[in-house]
Amino acid sequence: MIKLPAILSDHGDGVVPPSGPTAWLTTATAAAMAFLAVFALALALASGRLAERWSAALDRSATVRISAPVDQLALQTAAVLEVLSTTPGISAARALDLAEQQKLLEPWFGPDLPLADLPLPQLVEITEGSEGYDRDGLRQRLQAEAPGAVLDDHSRWREPLAAAATRLRILGYLSVFLIGATMAAMITLAARAALAANSQVIRVLRLVGAKDDYIARAFVRRFTLRAAGGACIGTVFGMAAIFVLPAQEDAGSFLTGLGFQGAGWLLPLLLPVLAALVGFLATRTASLSNLRRIT
Amino acid sequence: MRNSASPLGEPRGICLINLENVAFNYGGGDLLSEVSLRLAPGSFHFLTGPSGAGKSTFLKLCYGDLLATSGHVTLFDRNVRDLSRDEMALTRRRIGVVHQDCQFLDHLPLLSNVGLPLTVAGKAVQDSDIKDLLTWVGLEKLTNALPPSLSGGERQRAALARAVIMGPDVILADEPTGNLDWDMSLRLLALLVELNRMGKTILIATHDLNLIRQAKSQVATRVLRIAKRRLQLAGADL
Ligand SMILES: Nc1ncnc2c1ncn2[C@@H]1O[C@H](COP(=O)(O)OP(=O)(O)OP(=O)(O)O)[C@@H](O)[C@H]1O
Ligand SMILES: [Mg+2]
Repeated sequence: MIKLPAILSDHGDGVVPPSGPTAWLTTATAAAMAFLAVFALALALASGRLAERWSAALDRSATVRISAPVDQLALQTAAVLEVLSTTPGISAARALDLAEQQKLLEPWFGPDLPLADLPLPQLVEITEGSEGYDRDGLRQRLQAEAPGAVLDDHSRWREPLAAAATRLRILGYLSVFLIGATMAAMITLAARAALAANSQVIRVLRLVGAKDDYIARAFVRRFTLRAAGGACIGTVFGMAAIFVLPAQEDAGSFLTGLGFQGAGWLLPLLLPVLAALVGFLATRTASLSNLRRIT
Repeated sequence: MRNSASPLGEPRGICLINLENVAFNYGGGDLLSEVSLRLAPGSFHFLTGPSGAGKSTFLKLCYGDLLATSGHVTLFDRNVRDLSRDEMALTRRRIGVVHQDCQFLDHLPLLSNVGLPLTVAGKAVQDSDIKDLLTWVGLEKLTNALPPSLSGGERQRAALARAVIMGPDVILADEPTGNLDWDMSLRLLALLVELNRMGKTILIATHDLNLIRQAKSQVATRVLRIAKRRLQLAGADL
């Protein structure tokens, strides 16, 4: 039996009969949506990090690779360093020593590579100044001074990757937005069904002098709680699923990087808040427009 | 103002409910036409007429549940058409209505149903006050009963309790004694007469001529009749 104080303490919720057996559907859908949103968010953040890293590297560094017969290598390296030191816009140039080159190759060939015996190209690392340099001009001068030198500014392969990552980030955020919109639509439909099912109750409430706002509140409260509650569940499961994904390694490949980092873990916690907001606005809009139709 | 029908009720002064040359139809031909009535504060009216004549319809026009097809309906000096939805809600709180079909929330016990006007108005509900009121209409034993389990007469008495709980200026009762035995009818009438003496304005739609005669012996009443779509003052034969 329902006690009288219930209809006072729960801010009007009690004047609308308890929901039918399908009420949990709203909660379950909100949970599923939040689960998906966590992944979309992780995707957006991860591709954002990737895009940033790649485009930062794109701007900042380049390499000159010198392939020449062993006897000319030192000579050409000196010539390249000379050219680079007189190129405006380049703040530093440094030839990598054997140990550094060994480290670069280690992931591919293992630590015991007899580097000294191999005809490896010499690598020169360029650090770009803030104002930038003229790539084509540099290429021509290198061609003239050291025929075995090739400027690799990484843009050839990194540019499309950075662009793809940027696009992937947009898609991630778009997915979060679409999930929110779908949730709004779903809650609107559920709220309309609830209003229609309770049209007789609404009529009685209007007859005894209830304002639309009061009647709407009972429904709004219900659906906001359901959306927020479902989203909490979905978010927790989504975050747990992301948490148990293999951790990011040094190689930093995209798949192992899919996740949240540091303060990024706080971001999915916003999802229940957003879900509550979406639930609130969707139900309120649906209620106020439908109440006008019922009485 | 061109008025083909002379207004019934009090000729001048402020009025709570005022109908001016009102016509109404549900989409077909006119059910009511050329209806005028001024309901002055403290008056006691009966409304009679054959079944289907439009008594309930007339009352619905009086509390803004239906809008007149033509003419003007004024509640507390405000044209019903000019009221916003919120203003209409506030107006309804000043008019206590006993609906012919009672209209309860079936999932709430009687106590909550009778207190509902207070609840939706955001006013504090004292259980003891509602219990007093339920005792007054003889329902003190049924405070926790759900409306579907009540008899027709019990529902009507509960509806009257709910209609008066806000201390409204006007009480409109649609067949409030339709399902009651004579003793209980007299008791309900006594309640309404008492409320009228306290200054409330009363309008009762009823078929029960005995009830009207009984009332006439206690209080100054006017009897209106709906016949041939018009509202008339009934003859002295009552
Ligand atoms: N919502 C509606 N839509 C269409 N017609 C209606 C509606 N409500 C009532 N009517 C018709 O209007 C007429 C008057 O109905 P109303 O309920 O006002 O009569 P009444 O005088 O109260 O009758 P009773 O004494 O039986 O209660 C009836 O013929 C009824 O069928
Ligand atoms: Mg009727």
